[in-house]
Order: sequence, then structure tokens, then C-alpha cells
Amino acid sequence: MNFEEYAAKALILAPAGIATPRGILCTSAAKAAKAAADIGPCVVKAQVPAGKRGKAGGIKLAATRPEAEQAASQILGMTIGDYIVERLLIEEQAKIAREFYAAVLHNTAAHQPLILFSTEGGMDIEEIAAEKPDAIRRLLVDFDTGPSPAEIAGMLAGLDLGAAQDQIADILARLYAAYRARDAELVEINPLALLADGRVVALDCKFVLDDAAVFRQSQIAAHGSPGAMTALEKRGAEAGLKLIQLDGNVGVLANGAGLTMTTMDVISHYGGRPANFLEIGGEAYTKSEIALDLVLSNPGLKSLVINFCGAFARTDVMTDGVVEAWQKLKPKVPVFFSIHGTGEEEAVKLVRDQLGIEPYDFMEDAIQEAVKAAS
Amino acid sequence: MILRKKDRVVVLGITGKQGTFWTEKMIAYGTRVVAGVNPKRAGETHVGVPVFATAADAAREMGSDVAVMFIPPPMAKEAAVSAAEAGVKLLVVLTEHIPAQDVMAMHTAAARHGTRIVGPNTAGLVTPGECFIGIMPAFVPSVFKPGRVGVISRSGSLGTLVCLNLTRAGLGQSAFIGIGGDPMLGTTTTDALRALDEEAGTHAIVIVGEIGGAMEEDAAEYARKVKKPMVAFIAGAASPPGKKMGHAGAIVTGSAGSYAGKRKALEAAGIVVVDTPAQIAPAVAAGLGAPVNQAAQS
Repeated sequence: MNFEEYAAKALILAPAGIATPRGILCTSAAKAAKAAADIGPCVVKAQVPAGKRGKAGGIKLAATRPEAEQAASQILGMTIGDYIVERLLIEEQAKIAREFYAAVLHNTAAHQPLILFSTEGGMDIEEIAAEKPDAIRRLLVDFDTGPSPAEIAGMLAGLDLGAAQDQIADILARLYAAYRARDAELVEINPLALLADGRVVALDCKFVLDDAAVFRQSQIAAHGSPGAMTALEKRGAEAGLKLIQLDGNVGVLANGAGLTMTTMDVISHYGGRPANFLEIGGEAYTKSEIALDLVLSNPGLKSLVINFCGAFARTDVMTDGVVEAWQKLKPKVPVFFSIHGTGEEEAVKLVRDQLGIEPYDFMEDAIQEAVKAAS
Repeated sequence: MILRKKDRVVVLGITGKQGTFWTEKMIAYGTRVVAGVNPKRAGETHVGVPVFATAADAAREMGSDVAVMFIPPPMAKEAAVSAAEAGVKLLVVLTEHIPAQDVMAMHTAAARHGTRIVGPNTAGLVTPGECFIGIMPAFVPSVFKPGRVGVISRSGSLGTLVCLNLTRAGLGQSAFIGIGGDPMLGTTTTDALRALDEEAGTHAIVIVGEIGGAMEEDAAEYARKVKKPMVAFIAGAASPPGKKMGHAGAIVTGSAGSYAGKRKALEAAGIVVVDTPAQIAPAVAAGLGAPVNQAAQS
């Protein structure tokens, strides 16, 4: 789950004691003008959970109240990435001497946290990695002990940070603690600025919360951005199902991520276009009723593949849900079944007896017929 | 990580609905389940298996080689860490959606105590005709039969389909190794490939991968040394980039983890990469120089 800058600063940096410029959140140009009058020379920053806001024109400097009002009215309503700007952060301008990059994230290959620091702040980390790979310092952290002061000092050694080094070391330790306390997937400060007066301040902050940890970070998650979703995807999310709407016309209802992706692949292989990703594997396998409703609600649907290969997910339970929902939904497009694995005998019998449809012995036959019916 | 009939298995969370259902299936199939764990039900017998308060108690009283977890995400870390501390050698973690930092804690404890974790989010291990642990339909005869093809899969459902296709083609399996869909796996494609390469009863190897991560690319490096015929299928060619496709690990970010990159790396290592699951069995048969059952087309 992503967070807008103001939320990341409030939820991650403020409790960690990492300094940020003074800022006020606004939802209108009039309020932005008022905030600018209070703050003085300021930066008007679009609040969306997407990167490259500056390049998109979503961040502007304003020296006066009228300038701030004008910038705010330009930025509000702008589209950045998949998002329309509805909020602005009005922040005091900083006198920047140097810009750094700092982040804590998972190193999935090592199964350990990784602290990153670079003196090339302000650029994307991908750009720094491509252009100046030597400028990135990395510290792989022992999960049980956390980073020691000596390790952090070692990571920063030789970077010519002068008097700022101790402040930066302190900030990295605090950022790591925040990453742990908040179940972050990523916390990033870019830029971390050394100001003309010698203070080190976080000018921006990115925070990604681990979706799997929402159950124990619910207060934080309430401030997150759910991400750009279609109305149908939102309905799926409300039912606890991960639906991704695609631009095709062959619907997919399968269990397990691997089998669902494969069903989409085979549809494409035979020249069809999948209409959605939706899996009801794992604990979600009992939700086939609502799942059928979701895939059938997709506009432009011409046919549907129901592909069950039961391991943990029992095909009899999933099929029972489909049959229940079928009576209410009365599908108007042809539906092609392939059912194998745990509970398959009962499941095949249900489809045959209750729906009068003969499931295909081979998945590829069901998919080829569905592609044919959609074209 | 190739399970044998003699291996003593402890089931963590044996008394829950899923723990009960799958323990009965495992025992019926031939798995040697020696103990279960539930702190609130210690001293009882459940589905004919003695229940202990902790993994350590179970290991001390009954011995244990393998533990399998039917434990929901909030409690998974604690259960896994105590199993590692109890000296379990192989820990199969079926749980999906464990917080990533808990997964790190589990792997850290496992490394410290010499425990191999399979998973998280694995469907388990099957040795057809012998035993299984986890949530795979080992007992469905149309899906699994004993033979000489080793199968490695991130996904349980897709792994099931692949074994079904092999069985229909007359190609039985020596072992199914479900490595799991989590982004941080205790056992990688390379680890599983090495185990099957070293196992004498395995004559051919099928790798069922997915977009995301770099496990298939890493395995391709190891595969250069493998003499047994290898066939791979990578799911996700038609998946849009930047979206998590169900498995937390199945996401293409930038150029990393893409279908094209994985396919290229595997093919460069001499692995036959097929376009659809239906092409796996014929490719394996060709590699083995064996005739393939004409019915094998799904």
C-alpha cells in the first residue's frame, strides 16, 4: 500500500524524530494562498502516490501568496500517473547545500533488510544506479540485531560528509527503526538535504506498507492510498478478491495465481484476449459466488473460462459456489469449464447435473472454445 | 527436500479445520505423521495422532525430521521460529500472506539453527506412491503417479495441472517440489534443481516458473551443469507489468523478472522452454526418448 508524501512524513518521519520543512496540507487554491501567507516563500507540491511529480509539473516554487495561489490552481486537478491531484502540500522553501538519498527496503534475495545511502540525492535511485553505481552505499542488516552504530559509520565513511555525518548516521538509524515499527516494504527519503545552516532535513518521503501486515498496522493503513482501481476492481477489493481488469473479452475464473496467469497465457496463445485476472486460490477459494458475479460484470465480456485445478482449493467447494451464483446471475455469455484435482468427481457431477454443461477433459480445449466463442 | 516414507512428520496446527482435513489425507496416503502441535490441546489424540504443546515437546517425545505448518499469518513467525529452535531439519510453510518482516525473522532463525524452510506459500512436497506433505492432491490418481520426472513449481494449482498432464501422457513423477509463491523463499528453484539433479530416481526435470524475481535466471546458471533433460514453462507471458499477479512474488518491475528475460536465460542454459502447459509432456518425452501417450494434449 502506497502513501502520499504528507502521510509518509506524518506517519514515518515525525514519530521517528526526523526533521522535515514546515508544511500545511490544502485542498483548494484559496487555502493554499492562505498557507503561503503563513509560511512565506514556499513549494507547492501535488500529493499523489506516484513518482516523477516534479517532471509532471506537479511541484512548483512560489515566492509570494499570489504565486502560490496560481501554482495551486494549476496543479489541482492535474493528472499524474493514474491519479488526479486533489491535495497539495505547501512547504517552506529550504536553502539546500547538498542533496542525499536514503532508504531502507527488503533485500529479498538475502532475506534481510537493506539500507541504502547515496550522495547523489534528487535523482531516482534507478538513475543513480545506472549512471553512478559507485555512489550508492549498501548495508545489509542482521534482522535480529539491527544495524550497529559502527556499521552505519562504516557505510558513510569516505563520503566527505563533514559535520553532517553524525546527523545522517542518526537519521539512518531512526529510519531503520521506523521501517521495522511500521512494517514498511520501503521507506525512502529523496532528497535528504543538508541545508545552508547545517541542518539535515527530509524534503520528501516515500513509504510503502507491506500489504500482508495491514492486519496489525490498521491505524496507519487507514491513511494509505488504495491505488488507482476501476469500479469493478474496487468491488473485488471490498470482497477481499484481487481483480485486475484487462482490455480483452475472454473472462477468467481460476484458482491459484499460477493457474490464473497460465489461463491468461493460453488464451493469448490461441489468439484471444483475456478480460481479467481474478484468482480465488488460497483462503479465498470459498468466494466463488462473488467471484463469478465480478467476472460476469465486466463490460465487453464475450465468453468465460472457469478453470479449476484443486490442490488446497477444493474444486467441489468452488464449483458449489459457482452453481449457487449461477441461478441468480444467469450468465448471458457461454461458459467453458475445466475441472481437475481435489474434489473433481463431485465438481464435475455438479456442473453436469445442475448446469447441464459438460466440463472439458483438457484445459486447452475449454480455452480454445472460449476464444472461438469470443471472436 | 525429497520426502521419504521413513521421514517423521510433525503437523503444527493439527487441530484446525485445514490441519485436520490434510493430516487425514497425508496419513491415508502413507505419510508418517508422528505428532501434532496445539498448545491448548496437549495430551489429546487428534485424528489418531498425539498432540503436544510445542514443537520442542513433539520432537523430544516422538522424534521429528519434518514439520509442516497449518498456521494463520499472524502466528506463523512464532510457530516457525520455535520449530527451528526445536531442531526441525525441514520446515514446510504453507501459509500465504505472512508479513515480509516476519518472513525475514523466520529465515534468520532457520539459518541460525540449520533448518531448511520450504516456502512460505508452498503447496508442499509429494513423492508419488510414497508420501506427501502439504495441500497437494497427491491422492488423486489422475494427477500423480510414481515415475521418473521431477517437477519444481512455485504454484500449487499450476503444479497440479502439470503433473496431471504428465500422468496423462504416461509420465509418472519421482518428486514434486513446491517451492512457493512468496518473494522470500527458503528453498529456491536452484536448490530444488540441485536436489532433483542429485536424486538417482529422477531422469528428467520440469521447472514451472512465474514472472517476477530472479530465481529462474539463477537456476539457469546451475542448469548448465545438469545432464538430465530439462523442460520449463514460465507463467505470466500475458500479464501486464507493474501489477502483482496474486502471488506477492509475481510482479514485473522495470525489466527485472520479465517473461522474456527468464525465457532467454533458461534457453541459453539448454533448457527447452515451452509456450503452454500442454507442450510440457511431449517435450519431456522427447528428452527422455520415451513414447508419449497421444491423449496428452491439455
